[in-house]
Amino acid sequence: MKSKNPPASAGSQASAIPFWRDAGKRAFIFQLAALFTVGGLGYYLFSNTQANLARQSIATGFDFLNKEASFEIAESLIGYSAADTYARALLVGVLNTLKVAFIGIILTTILGTVIGVSRLSSNWLVSRLSALFIEVMQNIPVLLQLFFWYAIFYEAFPAPQQALNPIKGVFLCNRGLIFAIPEAHNAHTVMGWILIAVLVGGWFLNRWARRRQEAIGESFPVLRVTLFMALLLPLLAWVAYGTPTAMNMPELRGFNFSGGLSVSPEFSALLLGLVLYTSAFVAEIVRAGIQSIGRGQIEAAMALGLRPGQILQLVILPQSLRVIIPPLTSQMLNLTKNSSLAVAIGYTDFVAVTNTTINQTGQAIEGVAMIMAVYLLFSLSTSVFMNWYNKRMALVER
Amino acid sequence: MKFTKIMVLTIVIGLLLCTVAQAGKDLDGVRKKGFIQAGVNGGVFGFGMPDEKGVWRGLDVDTARAVAAAIFGDATKVKFTPLTAQQRFTALQSGEIDILTRNATRTLSRETQLGLNFVTVNYYDGQGFMVLKKLGVKSAKELDGATVCVLPGTTTEQNAADYFRNQKMKWKPVVIESTTELSKAFFAGRCDVLTSDASQLAGIRAVAPNPDDYTILPEIISKEPLAPAVRHGDDKFMDIVNFSVLAMINAEELGITSKNVDQMLKSKNPIVQRFLGVSPGNGKALGLDEKWAYNIIKQVGNYGEVFERNIGVNTSLGLKRGLNALWTDGGLMYSPPFK
Repeated sequence: MKSKNPPASAGSQASAIPFWRDAGKRAFIFQLAALFTVGGLGYYLFSNTQANLARQSIATGFDFLNKEASFEIAESLIGYSAADTYARALLVGVLNTLKVAFIGIILTTILGTVIGVSRLSSNWLVSRLSALFIEVMQNIPVLLQLFFWYAIFYEAFPAPQQALNPIKGVFLCNRGLIFAIPEAHNAHTVMGWILIAVLVGGWFLNRWARRRQEAIGESFPVLRVTLFMALLLPLLAWVAYGTPTAMNMPELRGFNFSGGLSVSPEFSALLLGLVLYTSAFVAEIVRAGIQSIGRGQIEAAMALGLRPGQILQLVILPQSLRVIIPPLTSQMLNLTKNSSLAVAIGYTDFVAVTNTTINQTGQAIEGVAMIMAVYLLFSLSTSVFMNWYNKRMALVER
Repeated sequence: MKFTKIMVLTIVIGLLLCTVAQAGKDLDGVRKKGFIQAGVNGGVFGFGMPDEKGVWRGLDVDTARAVAAAIFGDATKVKFTPLTAQQRFTALQSGEIDILTRNATRTLSRETQLGLNFVTVNYYDGQGFMVLKKLGVKSAKELDGATVCVLPGTTTEQNAADYFRNQKMKWKPVVIESTTELSKAFFAGRCDVLTSDASQLAGIRAVAPNPDDYTILPEIISKEPLAPAVRHGDDKFMDIVNFSVLAMINAEELGITSKNVDQMLKSKNPIVQRFLGVSPGNGKALGLDEKWAYNIIKQVGNYGEVFERNIGVNTSLGLKRGLNALWTDGGLMYSPPFK
């Protein structure tokens, strides 16, 4: 709007317009007000909590982390006993959550892809069965599924004294799956390192093969060569160490098996429940991704004489992955977050350990804050990794 | 003017928030509401559990009713919130409930760090072990290598860890949040042993598919004085809760029951007269009606009646009085004089 009285100079014009008529200044003031409101509310909540805790003489702070936890944890990837600190107990919890989330994500991706592809199969039975699986798994709350699988594990399997023993060294009972593992030996460490070396070599081989194909048009069987080496070289190392075959056999001693390696019913039930539930969603995502590719492209690829496997690998997947990855990321995050339902069936994940800690120390606010921080960290790192992968897979415009 | 309106609104909201933060005294709050909100155990038979008609039953439930009878003269003016072991203290701290009568063990750290005050113990308990009879285990010392079902978030986890550590025995805990799920897993054989307070073990055994298949081992590995608790900050309310529990104990000692309390009003015994408010003083001191103790005994009963009704030898729990007998019978139940 123009002022009725033309101003004498630019300086006096600026002062003549009141600040609430200036869009720029107004926006700035609103931003400032919003910032103050949010900040003030945050400060109010924080100080109010502090004041209330002090009034009710409830202890605060993170000093308890260095105190002795004095409770036992059933499953642990690192050494832990009741004499360790709360900090270590919580670390055990974090690792247990990571274990189930990591294995769960891998299995879910595989199973989800298989079911998603079968859903599109031309075989009537296969496609109907996949549809049934998806509908059933998607529509039953995951907590119920966990209770169901857990009940199956402890109801259906016999007591350790009558454990099923399908093959030598493998026992199945309501205490879990217990199986023999090779006795610790230097050879196994060496074999592990060789395997890692072969896999890294395979990656470089793949790069070399792609360049060569681009240059001279000849393909190289990278997968077959790598797999062959991955089998052969560790085997050679094993023979070189004099073929150690000693096994650490599980044995029924007193109440339970000792020796060998055991997978607990709690872990199995949680993993199974999460994988089946999430893979139903992943299957739908994969199906949608594949169907986003025009039918004409597949026909064109067939007309060029590509085999079905090549069509999938060279034409369909590179394009559909772009559609698949973003929703897939959120399913992975879902799986990680749902793993906190472990408390209900007795798997000692991070939430379970924190709950015990909260109860023994009474410091609920610190405990819940830690739960939130840890899950946020898990989610953000999964997100960052998947975004990076998504960028790599995105359509590169030339 | 719009601006003034907003200013006024802001100030009003600010004032409202302030009053919320400060909160009134617990007793005034209870009186204003017209009932007591009590946190109880939702699934332990004999202590806190609704019966098949949906009526809450149990020793802890009756303790809460006694407090309602003292304050309102009406034992039904109480509402129950079933709480898990993990929710209970937070529920009390946050003001969601007014009193916690949910077999909570009184400990130093809870009393100091949780901002709670425990009152008189209403059940002396101790942690024990329950096993299948056919395992042939006679003592907790034979439990090396066992898988043990433990209810989380209680002193139970720590006691069990301490016990096995002290005995240098190996064990594996299975920790499930809800009592019902945990007992299901135990009955199905997921664990060899179930550990909890002995009274709870009896309660869980009472609802087992075959109660006779299970036995409770003789070792009691901890002291568990179970007591009602209130928040810090309202001593008057705490006094009332405390003396409501004590009134039931004192009544048993004086031989006053819900049946004979009306005749006892005519008693010539000055102690009884003071206790039942015939000669006034106690009620005024607590800020209650002079009939408060009469109301508790008339409507809820004395400690012995409440014990026998909920967990005594004639119930399916079949617990003996033991430590919970009156001091005159060799137990620990002892009340200071009501004068």
